[in-house]
Amino acid sequence: MRPILVVTENQGAELSDSSRELLSKALALTEAFGGEVVAVGFGEGAPETLKRSGAHRAVAVGGSAVAQYASLPYERALHQVLERIQPSLVLLPNTTLGMDLGASLAAAKGMAMVAYCCGLHTESGALVATSQVYGGKLLAEVAIPVEEGAPGTVVTVLPGSWAPEALPNREPVLETLLAEEAQGMVVRETIAPESGGDVDITRAEVLVSVGRGIQDPENIPLAEELAQVLGGVVSCSRPVVDAGWLPRSRQVGKSGLTVKPKLYLALGISGAPEHLQGMKDAELIVAVNTDPAAPIFEVAHYGTTADVLDFIPAAVEAIRERGA
Amino acid sequence: MRIAVLMKEVPDLIEELELTPEGRLETDVLSYIPSEWDEQALEEALILKEESGAAVTVVAVDSGQVDDMLYTALAKGADRAVKLAAESEVLTNRARAALMAAYLQQDPYDLVLTGVQAVDDLDGQVAGLLGGQLGWPHASVVREVKAQGEQVQCVQEYAGGWMATLELALPAVLGIQAARRPPRYVSVAKVRQLQKTASLETVEVTPLPAVELPVRRLYRPAAAGHATMWSEDAAEAAAQLVELLQSRKLIRS
Ligand SMILES: Cc1cc2nc3c(=O)[nH]c(=O)nc-3n(C[C@H](O)[C@H](O)[C@H](O)COP(=O)(O)OP(=O)(O)OC[C@H]3O[C@@H](n4cnc5c(N)ncnc54)[C@H](O)[C@@H]3O)c2cc1C
Repeated sequence: MRPILVVTENQGAELSDSSRELLSKALALTEAFGGEVVAVGFGEGAPETLKRSGAHRAVAVGGSAVAQYASLPYERALHQVLERIQPSLVLLPNTTLGMDLGASLAAAKGMAMVAYCCGLHTESGALVATSQVYGGKLLAEVAIPVEEGAPGTVVTVLPGSWAPEALPNREPVLETLLAEEAQGMVVRETIAPESGGDVDITRAEVLVSVGRGIQDPENIPLAEELAQVLGGVVSCSRPVVDAGWLPRSRQVGKSGLTVKPKLYLALGISGAPEHLQGMKDAELIVAVNTDPAAPIFEVAHYGTTADVLDFIPAAVEAIRERGA
Repeated sequence: MRIAVLMKEVPDLIEELELTPEGRLETDVLSYIPSEWDEQALEEALILKEESGAAVTVVAVDSGQVDDMLYTALAKGADRAVKLAAESEVLTNRARAALMAAYLQQDPYDLVLTGVQAVDDLDGQVAGLLGGQLGWPHASVVREVKAQGEQVQCVQEYAGGWMATLELALPAVLGIQAARRPPRYVSVAKVRQLQKTASLETVEVTPLPAVELPVRRLYRPAAAGHATMWSEDAAEAAAQLVELLQSRKLIRS
């Protein structure tokens, strides 16, 4: 098979967890299909982290144009890499980088595309991708052509889809590529995460987390009261922040914070993949959602289809009675 | 500035999604709503119009269900609504993007806004597909779009709450994560009234080429783990919660 290209990202001085996931999967696939894994990384740290990628070959893209992430110079550099490598498969993490570049590389290079991939496996000589669609309510199965003449396929993978195997202790043959300055996009300023504000939800042992099912900002105090009797704090899904009902520092999920409390009470949260990414490792998850088919029930340990607006006061009362 | 907002309708996830034995969506029973992120993109465009006098055109591929969505956009303040004629009512996202790219080549805009993703864009998100196909600068997962002469500024979001302010030369495509304000509301009565006077334009385009992958099947995730379900009665479920929390020593017993 033609090579598998893995687009990696760094997290501090290491490859990001999702990059390691992709590398270990790519290496497993080359065992089934033959061929090589080529890892590509960007920025100053790339030559160092790529050494630990376990890939057969690696391309470190450097230069001031890619000193920090910007889709345009990254994209231009990846075009060059694609021309050279002619991969059968390109794997990217479904982070902002993958959202920016997965579809655009496929469209620019006439390759096929599979987004939201959560599984890649071989099936009697064929490669099959599984993706989460419809907010996690359904899975889609797509057969990816890997034969010689196929146009190649770009796959963006949801972080945390499988556990990465330890990467082999092989130092890849490293090439470097100097990225060209791209006219048309400038990064003006990098902004650090809004720090805690009033509370740090990543430290709380109990999170009472509200989603769009809470319906109205006037109902937030109900959740505050429940959090208070449980000795926890209120967190939320993204739409609650976008609506301005709670500050961004309370947001759990892909573009918010990752939490691992002892108790995560999901109230009126559907369980979209981007939300689950931030809380699925909580020790105990209880979900309240009127939709019995809501994906949150697949990660929750306990659940009820009661209305949150009935459930919250009932829970406050029941806890107070016990405590008294 | 001329802004195009690309919108599409998606199945309403509040309703149950039914599948055919072959693993396709049972489309007859689906009800459709505008993709929520496209509504965010429209709102951001309307805010830009208020700030800087941009002209806003909403564009949708005509799948036979888009008229309400387009009239609603006009009632909210869009200036024009364009339907792209399609040969089939069931289109992959790739095929939609190919139609939109062809349209944007024949009727150029300065700025194209669309939702960062949709619940059914299995074969790629529209912003990236268009950026790649047209060769324009593009950025996804963005908000706070500001027009500045020949360029736009926006904030792009990354994992863990990091962000950056970007400047893009025009024409550019942006995948909007959230508008600066929640999407405005417009009453059904106002939409109905506007429908009497306003009209939707239909445009025929020849799509650019698109590589498609056939979906083998859709299926429900095997409930690897499913929650143990408590009573649907709120008071009973609350009592069950208390019992659980006591057994786990998460509250005093
Ligand atoms: C790049 C990107 C990053 C993202 N990052 C995040 C992130 O960090 N965090 C995040 O949460 N989302 C994120 N999202 C958004 C995500 O895709 C979902 O849109 C979001 O998680 C949905 O939030 P929700 O569950 O509150 O709302 P919905 O999906 O609308 O669900 C509301 C739920 O409430 C239930 N409900 C309604 N009324 C009641 C009632 N009375 N009682 C009980 N239940 C009720 C409904 O059945 C429904 O299941 C991101 C999206 C993108 C594209």
